[in-house]
Amino acid sequence: MMDAGEKSFIIRMFHVHHNFGPKKALIDITLDIAKNEFVFISGPSGAGKTTLLKLLYLGEPVSEGQVLIDGINLARIPRKKTPQLRRKFGIIFQDYKLIPNKSVYDNLALVLEAAGAKRRIIQKKVKHILRLVGMEDRLKSLPPSLSGGEQQRIAVARAIIGDPKIILADEPTGSLDDESAEAILDLLRGVHIRGATVIIATHDKALMRKTGGHVLTLQQGRLETSAFLEKQYDDTILQTGDR
Amino acid sequence: MMIRFFKRAIDDILQNRFLNIVTIITISLAILIASAFILFFVNTNDIINSWKRGLRIMAYLKPGIHNIDLAGLERTLQSLDGVHTLRYISKREALDRLKAQMKHQSSLFDNLSENPLPDSFEIRMTASTDSWHKIESLAAQIESLALIEEVEYGRRWIGRFVRIISLFRLAGYAMGALFFVATVFIVANTIRLVIYSRREEVEIMRLVGATDRFIKLPFYIEGLIQGGLGAFIGLLMLFISFFFISSNIEQGFHPGLVHLQFLSPTTMGGILLGSMLVGWLGCYISLKQFLKA
Repeated sequence: MMDAGEKSFIIRMFHVHHNFGPKKALIDITLDIAKNEFVFISGPSGAGKTTLLKLLYLGEPVSEGQVLIDGINLARIPRKKTPQLRRKFGIIFQDYKLIPNKSVYDNLALVLEAAGAKRRIIQKKVKHILRLVGMEDRLKSLPPSLSGGEQQRIAVARAIIGDPKIILADEPTGSLDDESAEAILDLLRGVHIRGATVIIATHDKALMRKTGGHVLTLQQGRLETSAFLEKQYDDTILQTGDR
Repeated sequence: MMIRFFKRAIDDILQNRFLNIVTIITISLAILIASAFILFFVNTNDIINSWKRGLRIMAYLKPGIHNIDLAGLERTLQSLDGVHTLRYISKREALDRLKAQMKHQSSLFDNLSENPLPDSFEIRMTASTDSWHKIESLAAQIESLALIEEVEYGRRWIGRFVRIISLFRLAGYAMGALFFVATVFIVANTIRLVIYSRREEVEIMRLVGATDRFIKLPFYIEGLIQGGLGAFIGLLMLFISFFFISSNIEQGFHPGLVHLQFLSPTTMGGILLGSMLVGWLGCYISLKQFLKA
């Protein structure tokens, strides 16, 4: 296990609070995530996992505190620079968020087009990524014609196609059968091996055991524990929150 | 890059057919109403211009003028500003004309011991936009000449007509501005529906790092295409209506008196560009509010 102090951090949060009206969604969160870490944000429903992810990609504004992404303070980032910040992320949503009336190809190409890539490169990369997720034969399919597992694989493909530094995944296996969930996890492990920081919000303890990594546990908006879990390690850490 | 945006705009139109058809129909109806008004305005203006060309002053001469004086008077009249042509009508010719016009009441002329009509000059004015205003001063100038007994040019009728035309023109400008604003408002709201139906797509684009420019450009191109197609359909509907209605109107008037014409290519080009501007402006307003939210 490496000491977090020796690593360079890609995400840092200092005393972050976030409110939805009178409701406190996140309370005094301070955490560091190092480059190329595999991180799980765990906790029960309503603990603030999704909100925490949203703060990172500016899906929600920070009510109080500081968030630094790759050294950039989100409170100081001008609106014009938001797209550039978001290109550092590949986001996988629980509900996939694929554009239903655009083909698989168009859904994936969108990320590269938005980044200003050339058409030839887009074609090449889309085909490569689809091969990687095992769906090269569904290039022209529309998302609603795909199964849940297939849609999630396309969502993963979209998240990784732009070679982002950080992958954010919100319950990526929540609605999938074991086989599909395993396939998604393999893809995320692969991205991690290639150098990306992967952050998964989940309450699935089995998923954490299978992979291992840095586990941040949220409880009613507060960060309860920050622990490192070995692959196939026993789950007492997850139960007690001790390192 | 622009080709890619153009292709995306076409794809978006095809993928969101229903709402885009609604938008195009809305624009085409607005263009139909606005261009029908322009057509009415253009033709009315033409009719007024042809009447202007027919504007004349009758200058009645004092009795017993010698031929030498008459030639001098003719030269004086011709030299006046605003006079296009003039024709001398002798008292005999005037009576013949009157008899021809009143051939069913010819008995009225049987008992005339002498011709009561005066010699006169029929003076036609040069056609210009302000002929209405010039006629009064010209008539006054002519009336002040020594050999002229009286002038006649329908003073009251022209005064009333000038006021009506001014009012008509003012109403034209006001309605044109009103139509433009109303069309932009309607189109902006229809386009807002299109954008609202695609809010999730826009949201996804933003999440994957698309800039506002990347999101907006295809919408702007869509707005221009919708405006262009709307104008084309609107003008086509107007042309078909004009084709059927104009012949009926022309038949209702004395042959050759009223000749209706369709909008000129320049006007149609202007309407097309105006409609495209409306489509773009509608998109601009809706997107600005939407992306701000």
